[in-house]
Amino acid sequence: MNTGKVTGVISNLIFIEVEGAVTQNEICLIHSENKRLLAEVIRVKDAQVSAQLFETSMTIKIGSQVDFTGKMLEVELGPGILSKKYDGLQNDLTKMSDLFIEIGQSTAPLDEDIFYKFNPLVKVGDKVYAGDWLGSVLENWIDHKIMVPFTLKGGYKVVTIVNSGDYRIQDTIAVLSSEKGEKVIVTMVQKWPVKRAINVYRQKIRPNQLLQTGLRVIDTLNPIAEGGTGYIPGPFGTGKTVLQQSIAKNSKADVLIVVACGERANEVVEIFTEFPQLTDQVTGRKLDEKTTIICNTSNMPVAARESSVYVGMTLAEYYRCMGLKVLVLADSTSRWAQALREMSNRMEELPGPDAFPVELPATIANFYSRAGLTELKNGKWGSVTFIGTVSPAGGNFKEPVTESTSKVARCFFALSQKRADAKRYPAIDPLASYSKYLEYPEFVRNADELIQKGWVEKVKRCKNLIQNGLEARDQISILGDDAVPIEYHTAFWKSELIDFTLIQQDSFDNVDMNSPIERQQYMLNKVMAICELDFPFTEFEEVGTYFKKLINLLKQMNYTAFETKQFRNYEASLDKELLGIKEEIIN
Amino acid sequence: MKTKAFKRIYTRISGITKATCSLKASGVRYGELAWVNGMPAQVISVVDDMVTVQVFAGTEGISSHSEVTFAGAPPTLKVSDLLASRILNGYGEPIDGGPALRGEARIIKGNAVNPVKRSKPSTLLATGIAGIDLNNTLVTGQKIPFFADPDQPYNQVLAEVAMRAEADKIILGGMGLSNDDYLFFKNTFTEAGVLDKVVSFINTSENPPLERLLIPDMVCTAAEYFANDRNQKVLVLLTDMTLYADALAIVANKMDQIPSKDSMPGSLYSDLAGIYEKAVQFAHGGSITIIAVTTLNESDITHAIPDNTGYITEGQIFLKKDTDIGKVIVDPFRSLSRLKQNVIGKKTREDHPQMMNALVRLYADAMDAKTKKENGFDLNEYDKRCLAFAKEYAMDLLAVDVNLSIEQMLDTGWFLLKKYFEKFEVGIKEELLNQYWDERKIKEPVNSPSHGTEVSL
Repeated sequence: MNTGKVTGVISNLIFIEVEGAVTQNEICLIHSENKRLLAEVIRVKDAQVSAQLFETSMTIKIGSQVDFTGKMLEVELGPGILSKKYDGLQNDLTKMSDLFIEIGQSTAPLDEDIFYKFNPLVKVGDKVYAGDWLGSVLENWIDHKIMVPFTLKGGYKVVTIVNSGDYRIQDTIAVLSSEKGEKVIVTMVQKWPVKRAINVYRQKIRPNQLLQTGLRVIDTLNPIAEGGTGYIPGPFGTGKTVLQQSIAKNSKADVLIVVACGERANEVVEIFTEFPQLTDQVTGRKLDEKTTIICNTSNMPVAARESSVYVGMTLAEYYRCMGLKVLVLADSTSRWAQALREMSNRMEELPGPDAFPVELPATIANFYSRAGLTELKNGKWGSVTFIGTVSPAGGNFKEPVTESTSKVARCFFALSQKRADAKRYPAIDPLASYSKYLEYPEFVRNADELIQKGWVEKVKRCKNLIQNGLEARDQISILGDDAVPIEYHTAFWKSELIDFTLIQQDSFDNVDMNSPIERQQYMLNKVMAICELDFPFTEFEEVGTYFKKLINLLKQMNYTAFETKQFRNYEASLDKELLGIKEEIIN
Repeated sequence: MKTKAFKRIYTRISGITKATCSLKASGVRYGELAWVNGMPAQVISVVDDMVTVQVFAGTEGISSHSEVTFAGAPPTLKVSDLLASRILNGYGEPIDGGPALRGEARIIKGNAVNPVKRSKPSTLLATGIAGIDLNNTLVTGQKIPFFADPDQPYNQVLAEVAMRAEADKIILGGMGLSNDDYLFFKNTFTEAGVLDKVVSFINTSENPPLERLLIPDMVCTAAEYFANDRNQKVLVLLTDMTLYADALAIVANKMDQIPSKDSMPGSLYSDLAGIYEKAVQFAHGGSITIIAVTTLNESDITHAIPDNTGYITEGQIFLKKDTDIGKVIVDPFRSLSRLKQNVIGKKTREDHPQMMNALVRLYADAMDAKTKKENGFDLNEYDKRCLAFAKEYAMDLLAVDVNLSIEQMLDTGWFLLKKYFEKFEVGIKEELLNQYWDERKIKEPVNSPSHGTEVSL
């Protein structure tokens, strides 16, 4: 093994003098007391190597031995990933016994003693390629495919494959042979370097179908597609985390990967305690059965923030290869960018804007592009949908991380301080936010089919009404209540109606927190039917009073289980109010 | 601080800047404690045999032949139950004239708690201040700062909260504290007769600024001792974190680091998070709650210090002067307690979440009306009701001088809603309206100097 010795320590930047060949991004192990500390090579200059340590460096002595592994940072892929709580280097946090995380502690990501029931999907003699399904096991309730290792190139022949039965992850389940006759032993586990995308699919196509999140302001007004990308920037206190968590709880994804990157530990604790209690909307199983949490909170080693997002993405790509719909939520990508900045600064590189490294936009673009809707080699479809939060400094979106992300993410959910101050949650700004999927013809066609004909058209009309309303509000506040035509007040109150009943949603109410698309469809139709009326008001004060009554009834409906008796009662009261006004219109 | 005789003494310093010294030395580790001329210092870089130390008290008077020794370990604090009632400096040395500390020497800046071993913070921490308990309820294990301009009475409110909150130990970290404020805290604790449960780590504005850098870690080490080794409920007070961050910027600058926003080091977020994340609820019942102060410049929360703090802490309590009532209030818009959802309506009365939101929403309407009025427009009848409501709301509930139980706060809320609004205007779930608006007899609020005799129900 190639070795070296430590020549310098500045915080978590380690200087090493190396004897043999060394590879960029190679992982090395630094001997410290009787532990081995993980570090990643980030610069090579002659025999001088700079490495970033994934730990605190207080125990490292000058002259300590360093072993170079010859491998980049890898994850272990196999059954048992779901329900796990990993740190940013895929150590299983649950397996650590102490209250505090000791320096240099590592635990196995998967469980070697558990037996999984294996069913073969190929026969001896079949020709297989990287990513092909050899068999499947049941992981929680998910049909977990055991695949031909992604690192293999070219065609292989199945020499042996085990019969149905119970096997452990390290048991040999198949032997493959290449055209040259090289034998490959396949277990249920394989390794993959996190910074490379798993690309064993046939093709990646444009996302075209809604991924339900249960949130009206997203699904109806700014939909994200299966395999799509979105980002949520917002100043602190505008509800980024609550929003991400409610997406996590209600989304209709098969597998959920939550990356807590440099954020608060108590938020992760909330997920730990809630997810085992919550029921998944689609399957009725417990939410944590389909969830993996990668957790590198803000007080855990800074360098592992970067690896945590890559580990999360790689796990997601792995499940995508099984033909599953995977949703990855990362909170927050800004912390990852800051980790890059800290290191770049310590390496004394020339800085880009706001002292971030110059390659930041490229790094972000590259990462987001790993999401996508893919057709597998067997014709099945799998997707990775990625939603990242961004924490812009000072709440100002004109900063490098937000700007770089805006160029690559297709959905933008802008959180507004003003809305948060007025407790209008989720504080997604209805005008600044967008979803580019509304412009995709294939998405529009699918919406016509799966929701209702002309759906996207109607959504756009609704967005126009919001715009009109806000323009009217500006006019009213410039000119005064009685100096503008009464239509301005009507336009403004229509937008308030949309705001209170479609955009706002109570994530802490058991009913309102999750609105399935059927319910959203009902609500949009109802609201638009109201907004398309011509109102016969003569005094501006009537407008607000009337609309407040409607808003109140529609809000009560949102709080009530769909199509129950109580719901119908509110609907009847609403229709009565509307009928009154319609009669006035006729007269 | 004593130097140990068996340590090797270096007497050749090759470089001196305002905050750092560089010298050739061997066997030294990053983060190790050192003494230069008997003054405490810490190793901040080791490259080959060249060691750079940061001298906390500044390098004035250090000569190229000054003596340098290394402790062989990072800074430590001697922890034991004897810490209670002591006043210490940034190095964990007594400054109260009492005996030297005894106990286990623990490295400050200890390891992070494994997130899976944490418990969800869900024990209410009542303060009696409605701006906090009603709108921004605190829980044990939370970390939250006061955001306040320098002219606001943040240290007084902090002390008030500390006195009212139920805690086994209070650990005060004073960074750049004025001598007057230091004495204020001391007197408050003495008068309340709680001195025996207070530990203070004090760096006043008279002490060298870099000494502040050690205060939060010392405080957290003491807090972890009481919370984890002794299973106690510990309340940590840190004031003022802005001055702490300023000291970080000085060090970064002396080390030729490229500054990021507002001349702050690029690692500011991680530095602050390392402190605030010590707040924890342990499964065994012990907890660390951190209440800090971050002073602002003209209420600017976009500055790097409050901005990074806001992203780390679980909310913020924003103090501001309300000129309409002439009192300091807890700003209902910009204040936030992220963990309130864990207790409101669950550990408190069921109407708490909706009441809190309804009041704030109507207060927002009042502020719109106020703007309208200031711009010279006529107010409609609703606007006028909102404005009248806002004044009473600020006086009875938002002002920092109220002291009520949460039940009383909620009753006051219903009283105000019924007085000024119709049911359909308040946006509260009907089942709650039925129960509290119609059926429950709401008494007139207990301490409301504002409405006097004009009230009739």
